[in-house]
Amino acid sequence: MSEHDEDHHHPAPLSPVEVRAQALEELLKEKGLIQEGFIDAVVSAYENDIGPMNGARVVARAWVDPAYKARLLANGTAAIAELGFGGPEGEHLVVVEDTLTVHNVVVCTLCSCYPWPVLGLPPNWYKSPPYRARMVREPRVLLREMGLDLPESVEVRVWDSSAEVRYMVLPERPAGTQGKSEAELAALVMRDAMIGTARL
Amino acid sequence: MNGVHDLGGMDGFGRVDVEVNEPVFHDAWERLVFGLDLAMVGQRLTNVHAFRHAIERMAPTHYLSSPYYEHWLTALATLLVEKGVVTRAELDARAGGHVPLSQPVRSGPVAPSVASAATPRFAVGSAVVVGNLHPRGHTRCPRYVRGKRGVVTRVDGRFPLPDVAAHGSDRCEQYAYNVRFDAPELWGDAADSAALVYVDLWESYLEAP
Repeated sequence: MSEHDEDHHHPAPLSPVEVRAQALEELLKEKGLIQEGFIDAVVSAYENDIGPMNGARVVARAWVDPAYKARLLANGTAAIAELGFGGPEGEHLVVVEDTLTVHNVVVCTLCSCYPWPVLGLPPNWYKSPPYRARMVREPRVLLREMGLDLPESVEVRVWDSSAEVRYMVLPERPAGTQGKSEAELAALVMRDAMIGTARL
Repeated sequence: MNGVHDLGGMDGFGRVDVEVNEPVFHDAWERLVFGLDLAMVGQRLTNVHAFRHAIERMAPTHYLSSPYYEHWLTALATLLVEKGVVTRAELDARAGGHVPLSQPVRSGPVAPSVASAATPRFAVGSAVVVGNLHPRGHTRCPRYVRGKRGVVTRVDGRFPLPDVAAHGSDRCEQYAYNVRFDAPELWGDAADSAALVYVDLWESYLEAP
């Protein structure tokens, strides 16, 4: 930015969608329908506290504790609550397990359903028409395009979150991680492996 | 409704565009819209079913050409105008121009007479066929499974049927099931024979074959 711009800074004009959002906010505030601080609090929670680091802790625990893993696969909601995670879009969680011969991947063809308490809010690509249209139709082709080339022998299971259940994938524990602590293991777990568009 | 939102199986959208290190929200207005929606749901001014249906009622061209949180904003503004919380005139006046809203509801509530019996109609392992259903209102039965045969893999308990809950305060609780479909059943013989698609479906979407 040149010195001239800094001296004479004008904010960019608001886009139509920004104007509409602000108009609605103003009207709802005037009608007393928005509690002071509510919006900042929920936004901050999803920007800072609720995200894939939560799911990574669940995965790491399942890798080091076979009894926990059994509980997680039998009742995802209850086992995830043991680690303190739950809330909106996490009332009914099902965890599906990857193995050498099975690969799981999650989609929502109708909208954007996603397990918020363990993965946070979904990335744009998860909510985009190409992902939603193609994952149920040609999962192996789409996964390859997204960088995951699965052998033909691996069964692909696509989970379309069309009702109340939200899905998370339990990825396979990477080879050569025997000596790692639970916290070190959690640091290896990427979001996309818990959606199913990547493996670790 | 057979809306633009029901995308499963459609061709022509191209590659999935992945943004590296994507932030949770891209702009201040996205944060605002997310917070406004959670506030309105929290105050029971809308429910998630009516909210989803309001997104589905967006003009198809608007839906496909707008960013995700514009869907939320349009649905929220639509529901607040329909409920009389704000008027269209005051919204347009405050925004300094026409605010595009979703199209009107085309169907009243489904008759709430189809609640599940106390025990589920289907069990794990049951063969089922999805009804050839085309309601004008809200539904969570994707087009790509209608008329298709599958097998029940889970019985998830009773939940409000969205087809009813989106259209008013009536509650019609039905069992929901997870149903497994072979890819060739959905997409023909050329489909990946080692792919399975699992879809969660309410009881009234399903029939015994």
